[in-house]
Amino acid sequence: MPLNAIAYETEQLAAKTSVSAPQRPIATLTDITKHYGTTVALDGLSLSLHPGEVVALLGPNGAGKSTAVKLLLGLIAPTSGTSRVFGSDPREATTRTRVGAMLQVARVTETLRVREHLDLFRSYYPHPLSVAEIFRIAQLQGIEDRFFGQLSGGQKQRVLFALAICGNPDLIFLDEPTVGLDIEARRALWQQIRSLSAQGKTVLLTTHYLEEADALAHRIIVINKGRVIRVGTPAEIKRSNGGRTIRCRTRLSLEFLQTLPSVSNVEFNEGAVVVTATDAETVVRQMLLRDETLSDLEIASPALEDAFLALTKNQ
Amino acid sequence: MATSAIAHPLPAVTGFIHTLRIFGKETKYEFLKLMRTRSFSLSTIGFPVMFYVLFGIANRNAFTGNIHIAKYMLGGYACFGLIGAALFGIGVGLAGELAAGWLELKRASPMPVPAYLFAKCASAVAFGLIIVCILTAIAVSVGGVSLTSTELIKMLGMTIVGSISFASMGLLLALVIPANAATGIVNLIYLPMSFLSGLWMPLRFMPHWLQSVAPALPTYHLSQLMLSIFGYGDAISLATHWNALLGFTLVMLGLSWLIFHRKEQNA
Repeated sequence: MPLNAIAYETEQLAAKTSVSAPQRPIATLTDITKHYGTTVALDGLSLSLHPGEVVALLGPNGAGKSTAVKLLLGLIAPTSGTSRVFGSDPREATTRTRVGAMLQVARVTETLRVREHLDLFRSYYPHPLSVAEIFRIAQLQGIEDRFFGQLSGGQKQRVLFALAICGNPDLIFLDEPTVGLDIEARRALWQQIRSLSAQGKTVLLTTHYLEEADALAHRIIVINKGRVIRVGTPAEIKRSNGGRTIRCRTRLSLEFLQTLPSVSNVEFNEGAVVVTATDAETVVRQMLLRDETLSDLEIASPALEDAFLALTKNQ
Repeated sequence: MATSAIAHPLPAVTGFIHTLRIFGKETKYEFLKLMRTRSFSLSTIGFPVMFYVLFGIANRNAFTGNIHIAKYMLGGYACFGLIGAALFGIGVGLAGELAAGWLELKRASPMPVPAYLFAKCASAVAFGLIIVCILTAIAVSVGGVSLTSTELIKMLGMTIVGSISFASMGLLLALVIPANAATGIVNLIYLPMSFLSGLWMPLRFMPHWLQSVAPALPTYHLSQLMLSIFGYGDAISLATHWNALLGFTLVMLGLSWLIFHRKEQNA
C-alpha cells in the first residue's frame, strides 16, 4: 500500500540574519503602568529592544500593544515606570531623530505629491537618506509625482514605509505594515525589514499576521491584559505548545496511540486521527510498523497560531 | 533584571537654521495643500468675493453721511473672508488630521509641534491676505472706492492680526469638535456670528435687541477695528476693541492648551 506522506514545514525564507550575543538594550520599558481614568492599559510591563533585532509584539486587541508603542515613541507618558530610548526620554525631540514610525493612518494629506511628503519628512531629520535611495527601498519609482490621493492601497502603504525610514533611523516601529498588501508586496516589504535588521537597525513590529511574526522576528513578545506573558524566539514559543501534529487515517485505536512515547494528545477529527507528540519521528515509525493501511499522513510543525491562542486563552 | 541602556551619543541639538528650514517647509506644504483642496480654496476665497460683487458694487455710489457704503462693505467682507479662512482652514483641517492619526504620526517624528502650528497659522494669514487683496482690487477698480496707501497698509496689517486671532479660535474648535461634524458646526458658528457683528449689513439696520449682542462677539470688535481705519468705527473706544480681541485670543489659546493636555492624558 503506497504511503502518501506529505510533510509540511513552516516556510523558512531567506534565513534571518543571526543576532550577535546579547548586547545592551537600546530601548526599554521598565515596570510601566498606564492608567486611562479607571482603565488599566498596562500593568507592570517591562520589555527591552536590542540592536539589530526584529521584535514582534503580539497580543489580542486591547492587550496594550499600541499603548506600549506610544510610550516608546514618546507620544504619551507612563503613569509610573520609565521609558528609555537610546538612553534618553523618548518625549524629547532629539531622541526621535533616531526613530522612525509607520503607524496606521486613516487619511494622509491627499493633495500633496509623494515627493513632497518625503521632502517634508526628510527635513525633520539631521541625516536623512537621499531621495533616490528612499524611492528605491520603498519601491516608489514611477509614482514620485503622483498625488497621495491617487495612489492604490499598496502604494500608500509603501509611502508610509518610506516616511518611516526616510530619516535613516536606528529604531523603527512598524504597526501592521502589510495590512492590505498582496503577497508580492508583502514579501517585498519583509525583504526590506530583513535588510534593515542586517544593517544593525532595530525593528519593533506589531502584527496580527502570525505568519509574519514567524517569518521575520528574532524574538516574539506576547502581551495580554497589559502584561508580558511570554518572550522567546518563534521556535521557543511554538515548542511551548507541545510538539508537532501527526494526522492520518489509521485503524490503530486512540487508546493505543496514547501509550506511544512523547504523545501529549490524541483526538479524532473529520475521519482522521490527530496525534500531538514532541518526538514525531518515533511515533510515526511505530504507527507505520503497526498499521500497513495507514494513509493520508501529514506531519505539521506546530503553528504559531495555536501556541499564541493557548497562551492568551490561559490569562 | 533591568539593564540600563547605554547613553548613546545623540546628535547635537539641531541648529537654528535647520529648525527654520522645517518651519519653512511645513508652511509651504500646508499652504500648497490648502490651495489644492478646491473645496476649501474656492469657497473661502469665492464667497466673500461673490458677496462683495453682488452687494458691495451695487452700492458704489451710495453714501450715508460721510460713509461710502461700498467702502464700508469692503471692510466688512474683508473681515468675513479672513475669519472664514482661519476657521475652516484650521478648524476643519486640524480636526481632520487629528482624527485620522496623521498628527500622531507627525508627533512621533522629530517635527517640532510649534512648526506645525506656525504653518497652520501662517497659511491662514496668507489666505486672509489673498482674500483682502482681491476684494480691495475689486473695490478700487469697479466699486469706485478710494483708498489711500496708508489705509491699505493698515488694512493688510489688521488682516494679519485678525487671522492670527481667529486661527486661535480655529485651534480650539479643532480640539473640541468631532472631525466629521466639523464643517457643519463651524458654519453654524461662523455665519450667525458674522451676521450679528454687522459684517454683511450695518448694525444700525437691525432691531435694537439684536444689535446688543454684537459687543459680545469677537468678530464685531475685529470689524470695528478694521472700519476705524477708514474712520467708519462706532463710538466705543479703540482701546476697548483691542482689549476685547486680545482677551478673546488669549482665552482661545489658554483653553486649547488645557484641552490638548487633557486629551494627551486620556489618549
